[in-house]
Amino acid sequence: MSRIFETPLYPYKRSADQDAPAPVRHPVVVVGAGPIGLAAAIDLAQHNVPVVVLDENDKVSWGSRAICFAKRPLEILDRLGCGQPMVEKGVTWNTGKVFFDERQVYAFDLLPEDGHKRPAFINLQQYHFEKYLVDRVFELQAEGKAIEIRGGSKVAGVETRDDGVRLTVETPDGPYTVDADWLIACDGAGSPIRAMMGLDFVGRVFEDNFLIADVIMEAEFPTERWFWFDPPFNRGQSALLHKQPDGVWRIDLQLGWDIDKEKEKKPENVIPRLKAMLGEDAKFELEWVSIYTFQCRRMEKFRHGHVIFAGDAAHQVSPFGARGANSGLQDTDNLVWKLKLVMDGMAPESLLDSYDVERIHGADENILNSSRSTDFITPKSEISTIFRNAVLDLSERYDFARPLVNSGRLSVPCTYDGSPLNGPDCDTMPKRTRPGAPAVDAPLGDGTWLIDRLGDEFQVVTIDADAPDSLCEAGICATRLPLSASDSPALRDRYLGDAPSAVYLMRPDQHVAARWENFDEAAVRAAINTATGRA
Amino acid sequence: MSELVTTANIARPDDFYARLLAAHEGLTKAESDAFNARLILILANQVGDMAVLEQALQAAADSDGPA
Repeated sequence: MSRIFETPLYPYKRSADQDAPAPVRHPVVVVGAGPIGLAAAIDLAQHNVPVVVLDENDKVSWGSRAICFAKRPLEILDRLGCGQPMVEKGVTWNTGKVFFDERQVYAFDLLPEDGHKRPAFINLQQYHFEKYLVDRVFELQAEGKAIEIRGGSKVAGVETRDDGVRLTVETPDGPYTVDADWLIACDGAGSPIRAMMGLDFVGRVFEDNFLIADVIMEAEFPTERWFWFDPPFNRGQSALLHKQPDGVWRIDLQLGWDIDKEKEKKPENVIPRLKAMLGEDAKFELEWVSIYTFQCRRMEKFRHGHVIFAGDAAHQVSPFGARGANSGLQDTDNLVWKLKLVMDGMAPESLLDSYDVERIHGADENILNSSRSTDFITPKSEISTIFRNAVLDLSERYDFARPLVNSGRLSVPCTYDGSPLNGPDCDTMPKRTRPGAPAVDAPLGDGTWLIDRLGDEFQVVTIDADAPDSLCEAGICATRLPLSASDSPALRDRYLGDAPSAVYLMRPDQHVAARWENFDEAAVRAAINTATGRA
Repeated sequence: MSELVTTANIARPDDFYARLLAAHEGLTKAESDAFNARLILILANQVGDMAVLEQALQAAADSDGPA
C-alpha cells in the first residue's frame, strides 16, 4: 500500500503559460503548497480572486511534521470549507501528563471552556491536513473557481517591480516566465524567495537536536500528551509522546547538540531508543524518522512591496506550543481580505501595512512563548537547570509550582491590541472580545454556533440592539447579524458583560473591529473606514 | 501596590538564621543549590505580587558589593 505522503496529488502538467508568446500575468501567485500556501489560495478563490499555487513538489508533507491544530485555526478552516473532515479525522485530547526522572509529577486537564463548536486542539498529521486542503482546492475547481496548483514547478528567480513580480519557474520541460500582481511567499522556514530577495531572517538559534519518529503501534497508552523531563530512557534530555489518527504515535526525543545526525536517524539506532521508552516487548513499526533543530526568528517586515511573506517563511518558532502552522493560518486569515480590498481598489495599499503590524505582533508573542518553553525544557546553564528541576520537584506535591512547568504554552490566537484598524471600545463589555480580539464562539438559542454565522465579509452583530439590515460605506458593505442574549447565556457572558445591549463591527477575518452599546450609523461608518485603512 | 519590606521583619533573627544553616547541614553543594532553589520558589509564591518580586530581585542585585 502506498502511503498518502508518497502519492503524487498534483503531478506536473504542462501549463498554457509555458507556450504563451509573452509572460502571462496573474492577479496572485502563491509559492508553496504547504498548509499556509493552500489556505491562502483557498481563501483567495473563495473571494473570487484567481490564484496560481507553485510548488516544486507534487505531494503532501513527508511525515507528520505539524500535528497539533488549535481551536482558532480550526474555525478558520471551517470558514475555508474544510474544518469538518479534519476534526472528524483528528484525535481530540484534553489530558496531559508530566514526568520527571522516573515518576509522574502531575497530570493536567486542558479544561476547555464549554460552549465552543470546536475543541481546544486536535492532533492530525500534516499530510492528512494538507490532503484535506488539496481536496478543497479540487472542490473549488469543480465549482468553477480559478484556483490551480502547479506541481513540479520550482521558482528559480524573482524580479520585483513597483506593481508586481516576475518569476522564473523551472519545470521538467524547462523554465518559463510568469508575472503576478501580488506574490504570497509561503515557501517555509528556508524560504528560497526570501533568500533570492536577499532579505533578513534573524533571531536566536537553539543548539539542540530533536529526533522525531512516527511509530505505528497497537498501544495501551491513553489519548493524552505525555511529556518527560530527564527520563531514564533519555537521560538529561526530554521526550514527548502524542497520539495521532490511524494508530500512529508521535515521539519526540531531545538528543542534545553534539551528535551525528545521519547516524542517529538510522533505524538500528532509533529502535533501541524507542524500546527503552516503550518497553522491550512493545510491537511497533517506524513510519517516519527525522531530526530537526530550530530557531526562533522572524523577518523584520513581512511585506516587501508586492511580495508578502506568510507562515514559516516569515517567522519561525520552536515546536513547543504548536505555534508554527497555527500562526501561519492566522497570517493568511489576516492577509487575504485586506489584499482583496486593495486589489478591488476599495482600500489603499497601505492597508497591507496593517498585516505587518498585526501579524508581527502575533509572531513576537509566539516567539516569546516558544523561547520561554525552550528555555525551560532545555536549560542552558547550571542555575537554570537547578531552578527547572526545583520547579518539577515542587510540582509533584504543590499545586503552586505547576503553572511554572513549561512543556509548551499551547497556541492561543493573538489579540491585535493597539492595531491602527481598531475602532472604539466599550468598557462595560468583556475584555476578551475587545477590538482586535478574534470572535469568541458561543452557542446560540436556535441551536447554531455563533462562529458558523460569521462569514468573510464585514458584519454588524447586534445583540438586543436595532440596526439596519445592511450598511454600505463607500463600497464596503456590512450585513447585520441580529442576535439576542436572552436565550444564550454564553453570548451574554462573552459579548455583553454589564452592557444591556451591544453592536459589534466584525472584520472579514472574524476579529472585532469596534463595539458600542447601541447602533450609531456615523460611528459604524467611521469604524469601517478605520478598519480598512481609509480613515 | 505593595512595597518590599526592607526593614527588619523577622522577630527572632538569630533563630531564623540558625534554622536556615541547619536546613543545609549534611547536604552536598548540589543538594544545597537545589534546596535554595525550592525555597526561593516557595517564598516567591508566598509573595505573589510581581511588583514586590521585581523589587526583591532588584534589591538582591543591588546588594552585590559596597552600597
